[in-house]
Amino acid sequence: MELQEFIANFAAQMDETDPSEITASTAFHDLEEWSSLSALSIIAMVDEEYDVTLRGDDMKNAVTVEDLFNTVKSKL
Amino acid sequence: MSGKTILVTGASSGIGRAAAVWCSRLGATLVITGRNAERLDATLSDLHGDGHRCLTCDLAVTEEVERLVAETDSLDGVVLCAGIGFTLPFQFGTTAKIADVMSANFFSPTELLRLLVKKKRLKRGASVVAVSSMGGTHFFTVGNSAYGASKAALESMMRFAARELAPKGIRVNTVLPAMIDTPLIHRGTVSDEEHAADAATYPLKRYGRPEEVAYAIIYLLSDAAAWVTGTSMVIDGGKSLV
Repeated sequence: MELQEFIANFAAQMDETDPSEITASTAFHDLEEWSSLSALSIIAMVDEEYDVTLRGDDMKNAVTVEDLFNTVKSKL
Repeated sequence: MSGKTILVTGASSGIGRAAAVWCSRLGATLVITGRNAERLDATLSDLHGDGHRCLTCDLAVTEEVERLVAETDSLDGVVLCAGIGFTLPFQFGTTAKIADVMSANFFSPTELLRLLVKKKRLKRGASVVAVSSMGGTHFFTVGNSAYGASKAALESMMRFAARELAPKGIRVNTVLPAMIDTPLIHRGTVSDEEHAADAATYPLKRYGRPEEVAYAIIYLLSDAAAWVTGTSMVIDGGKSLV
């Protein structure tokens, strides 16, 4: 899996944040629109695209998009 | 509950287990079912009194349901507890994924009840209690569309059953719990911290305990509720008030 592709898939789950604002170093919990639904959408996207099951704690422990990418990669 | 024989599905854990244990404490004879023989045995060993039976059954498998129905008779009560939790945003809920939830939470309990009625396994005066959820028709929490729709379908079906089974002297009711501290809600999708924050939003400041739903189920099973059918009992720590 590629980081750029993961970032694009991540950005696609956002409703109000411009995709250009999502980068590897984005601290996603600080995004203005971040909510429990965002977290569930990311978990669902990762399951659909990468067949990896993320837990609520995985979402909580990751700070940046790249952190989450690495978590997913470690579970592939 | 003395002298009553009660069938409980999903008796291996959570609300089903609590319902089975408390029915036995009040003198009922239990027939408990679940998919996992080991966990079902654990519930069986927690039951008070003698004469209880334990029948392993996957309610999604037609032959197993037929066997369960064949092996039960003269029931005074049925508690339809077996169900699964499921969290997924609406736009990811494919028909296949929703079908899994509908199968476990709606089709399986409906088909079991249908067969129990058709094969005349329920005595006149019997009481059926299905565990639906506040998440079906009252709370529309994000990510709970498939689960909620399955529980709403179950609640609706039980009301139709209440109407049609009344001439047979069979009562049918549902209980609508809000969040209850059971394995079903601890699946990892939501972290413990998020659960704690959510529990604090309840007027009674905590999630419910399985036995607190079991007590309501026992009321509906008992002759104290002889004139109660087609109702849905809210058990939610006051959450629907806020």
